[in-house]
Amino acid sequence: MYLHKFLIIAVLMGASLANAQQSRFGAPATQEDIDKSFWTVFPDGEFLPDGEGNVAAGRELFEYNCTLCHNMPGENDPVKDEIGKLFGVDDKRGRTNLQQTIGSYWPYPTTVFDYIRRAMPLIAPMSLTNSDYYSLTAYLLYENGVIGEDEIMNKDTLPKVQMPNRDGFINAYPEVPEKYKAKD
Amino acid sequence: MKNTSLTNGNRRQFMKAGMATSAALLSSSALAQETVLEPSRGPGRTVMEMGYYGERSEYVKDARLKGNRGTGLIGGSLTPLQHGHGIVTPSGLHFEVHHSGVPDIDPSEHKLLIHGMVDDAKIFTMEDLLRFPSVNRFHFLECAGNGMGEWMAPRGQTVQQTHGLTSCSQWTGVPLKIVLNELGVKTDAKWILAEGDDGARMTRSIPMWKAMDDAILAYAQNGEFLRPEQGFPLRLLLPGFEGNMNVKWLRRLEIGDKPWWTHHEDTEYADPRPNDKIRAFSFYMEGRSVITSPSAGMKLNGPGFYEISGLAWSGAGTVKKVDISTDSGKTWQQANLEAPVLPKSHTRFKMPWTWDGKETNIMSRSTDDTGYVQPTYEEMYKLQGPIGMMHNNAIQNWHIAQDGEITNVRL
Ligand code: HEC
Repeated sequence: MYLHKFLIIAVLMGASLANAQQSRFGAPATQEDIDKSFWTVFPDGEFLPDGEGNVAAGRELFEYNCTLCHNMPGENDPVKDEIGKLFGVDDKRGRTNLQQTIGSYWPYPTTVFDYIRRAMPLIAPMSLTNSDYYSLTAYLLYENGVIGEDEIMNKDTLPKVQMPNRDGFINAYPEVPEKYKAKD
Repeated sequence: MKNTSLTNGNRRQFMKAGMATSAALLSSSALAQETVLEPSRGPGRTVMEMGYYGERSEYVKDARLKGNRGTGLIGGSLTPLQHGHGIVTPSGLHFEVHHSGVPDIDPSEHKLLIHGMVDDAKIFTMEDLLRFPSVNRFHFLECAGNGMGEWMAPRGQTVQQTHGLTSCSQWTGVPLKIVLNELGVKTDAKWILAEGDDGARMTRSIPMWKAMDDAILAYAQNGEFLRPEQGFPLRLLLPGFEGNMNVKWLRRLEIGDKPWWTHHEDTEYADPRPNDKIRAFSFYMEGRSVITSPSAGMKLNGPGFYEISGLAWSGAGTVKKVDISTDSGKTWQQANLEAPVLPKSHTRFKMPWTWDGKETNIMSRSTDDTGYVQPTYEEMYKLQGPIGMMHNNAIQNWHIAQDGEITNVRL
């Protein structure tokens, strides 16, 4: 009799264990929830938003929104250079240059857009429109000698921009390094 | 009895007099005593005066050292390793680095969104996350830039300045793989993007194999909820990986099939290498050790016995041994590793030492269970190039002068 009861309990437990992979907690996320938390842009341009911008508009936006902390091209305020030097490093390869400017170091142009949209201006991030951020991206790329003054930046053109240091990168651990594989 | 006159105004004498009087009230035989016992302190602070959260003694002054770049929003603090004991860093002394200040987040409003290449995208409240089975793990964190200023030449005046961007805590949280398995990760998903809820919406790409290995969604540190500087109410913990990837104030995990090359992956946390190359996705903080006492800024008080004590750690595994040289690197002796010796955790090592009063140099060298041996600066330069910023894990030398003064000197 007792054994019989125990078996029933064991069967019930077995059933719930089989279901353990089912999602227990949390609410389903709607597409709206997901869209609100904008997707991060991939180097191939996936998830770049609509809108477009140009260098002239970017220059104006930069002067108004960014020069509290960053130098304009040609300016040399040392405090602003320490916060973040955005232009004026001639060395196009990163190795001998610890300044790591967009033109000398960054391997992908999409990162410029994604980063300044999420983080800049530092005191009011995400306060501009996607087109504004495309313009600022165009301006930063132009002043770093990466694109021409007339180039328009949008979700089609931006991923195609060739960065000077694109081939300078190697990946340390593309796959699980053997010595770090979990031992069980 | 000695003079018990109150007129000399000496408080100690007054206490003695008081003691004698009250003793007399209790027992007349006390008067017959020839010597007076050292008086007790008498009553201390009352329960009413106690705070509801305990504070350390006013005599203990160990403090973080703050640093910032320009605005004060980008910056952080260093742990005073020279005063540490054991392997746990007090939460209030844990190092920190921020990229847009420390946000103030109400945990009842905080949510974690997990979406992308999963069957069920979901939003979790803190309450949801606290219902999952949890784990407690001791792990160190180390900023990839720990010792950045030491690359070219020794500059730090204390071990706090040279090595203070590492700390160790017991972390509590949900293993990330439990949550991911429930959501059904697509088979070709290879990477996860972690995003913080700070002003910079800090993001890093994390390989799926790490998420499915030992990653933790951590909400507690050293037995209490996280400190705001450590990501309250939720942070990602990637044991052994560079600090920056352990995204704080975690608000979103996006599952994808390739890395995103976020700002930090493109620049600050990508390492210049020899041959004109830059190494991205360095991930691991490799084996390292440092003698924390005696260390630079301290002074030995004459020849005699000293206990050499320090910390060793490895992001790839467990510390296997630590060798110490007290004769400028000529000979090495194995230090004692003090239990617990845990994977991807600070490990305390100690060695008794008698200083003969002569000028010398002391240093430590760790080996982990993958066989990795901590390099000298020369060896590190060969591998990483002479200019670098991140992942400095070279052997640290402390110079001891004849007068006992200890300084940061490279041999
Ligand atoms: C309140 C000061 C402030 C303002 C305003 C500001 N920035 Fe920044 N910016 C910073 C700081 C500080 C950093 C360094 C961030 C870090 O290291 O995490 C930075 C970094 C950057 C970087 C990355 C630099 C590098 O090489 O890593 C770019 C690009 C940038 N800012 C662009 C902009 C743009 C475009 C604007 C205007 C829309 C702007 N910033 C406005 C403070 C500011």
